[in-house]
Amino acid sequence: MSSSLSRRRLLAGASIATGAVGLTVAARLARRYGLIPPDSGGIFGATETLTYASQRILMARHPLAREFDRSQISRATPINGDPPEDETYQRLQKDDFANWKISVEGLVARPASFTLAELKRLPARTQITHLACEEGWSFIAEWTGVPLSYILNLTGVLPQARYVAFFPFDISWDSVDMGDALHPQTLLAYAMNGQMLTVPHGAPLRLRVARQLGYKSVKYLSRMLVTETLKSIRNGLGSISPDLGYSWYAGI
Amino acid sequence: MNRAAEIAQQKALPSISPCAMIPLGMADPTYIPGIAPTVLGSPRHSLLVRTTHWIHTAAFLGLLVSGIAILLAHPRLYWGEAGGVGAPSLIDLPLPFVLTGQTGWGRSLHFLSAWVCVLAGLPYVLSGIFGCHFRDDFFSSQTLYNPIQRVAYVAVVFGLFPLIVATGLAMSPAISSVFPELVVLLQGQQSARTIHFFVAALLVVFLIAHVTMVVRAGFIHRMRGMITGERL
Repeated sequence: MSSSLSRRRLLAGASIATGAVGLTVAARLARRYGLIPPDSGGIFGATETLTYASQRILMARHPLAREFDRSQISRATPINGDPPEDETYQRLQKDDFANWKISVEGLVARPASFTLAELKRLPARTQITHLACEEGWSFIAEWTGVPLSYILNLTGVLPQARYVAFFPFDISWDSVDMGDALHPQTLLAYAMNGQMLTVPHGAPLRLRVARQLGYKSVKYLSRMLVTETLKSIRNGLGSISPDLGYSWYAGI
Repeated sequence: MNRAAEIAQQKALPSISPCAMIPLGMADPTYIPGIAPTVLGSPRHSLLVRTTHWIHTAAFLGLLVSGIAILLAHPRLYWGEAGGVGAPSLIDLPLPFVLTGQTGWGRSLHFLSAWVCVLAGLPYVLSGIFGCHFRDDFFSSQTLYNPIQRVAYVAVVFGLFPLIVATGLAMSPAISSVFPELVVLLQGQQSARTIHFFVAALLVVFLIAHVTMVVRAGFIHRMRGMITGERL
């Protein structure tokens, strides 16, 4: 009896120790390979981390989002949210964004800014992809823009960079990890379905992240910041989304 | 050791396929002595079945409440790859559009519950397949359950449950880049959403039937069976 009890205790102790060591090692590996999202705290943090980490592992080979035929482009392209009320934005809109520029700052060797005309002269990519709103609706459209990876190579991203943050002309902001930033389908899009972006769809430039929900595709871009950590930016959670109750990672 | 003792020992030891050798209910490999006071020497439900049952109860309620919260943001169903306001819908559910941000906690709770459901589902299904649970309760001629019950349980465990996980994953833009065939098989991301809704509805029908039968069979006894494992 007492020997079986002590054996049981030994087994229980050993399994708890193994579990604790396993968790510590897992946490360290997860941090090292960037598998922990910036909003990993709180009651939903653990499963948010599980989702992000498991999807990042599944996407280790950077698969492409599905692309569609012209015939599959949706006729209805609903929108969410209102254009920025910002005065600068409205002034820029008056002359069709001729004086608009996007700046690339932070951990880049050559900080730069680009006008719309300059962006349109850079190599473009056109792709027909699915955009799903977190509300449940979706549409398929053709997007044209400069791959974000091209801009990052042009400006010389430094090796310690881990995220790219995007700031539009309104209070919202968001960020992506380097996996999505360098993904060939991540575009700085200036055209949709063969036309220049309209204001409701995010003119003059919006981000298109093909493998995340629509809210990651930030509209009305004004500034980009390459960074090692998101902790020092605004709420420290990588996006305005956690303030509104939504998760930073929107691969779902 | 003499031959008689050898035979006696062989009889006492569970064989590799214990289900056929040991009387019904005695063969459960997850049975832990001393945990449940029993009449027949084994619990009505094993500790693993009882534990995962209540974990799944909580996870299912979490998924249901959060699923409704998410659905109410756009209570309209489509068929095919894409769909939204201005596109032809398959079904307009008689529910209001609610856009108060409830999808934020809705999605977080949905994923928390889904992870709990899947992580608790794995030991349940694996021990069910490799132990005796599914063989004794679903596929044995001596089972305690009637054919309709058995068909319903098999349909839930091997049909509806995998289907609701697959349709949920097919709605993810990230997962659909890893397994595009899954979305093609389900006829598109909006079709996956529609199927997800109907499978959820069938699971709610199952839940109502399940609870009704528990009540009719004797609520206290059945609850005791699923909590302490005690037989009648």
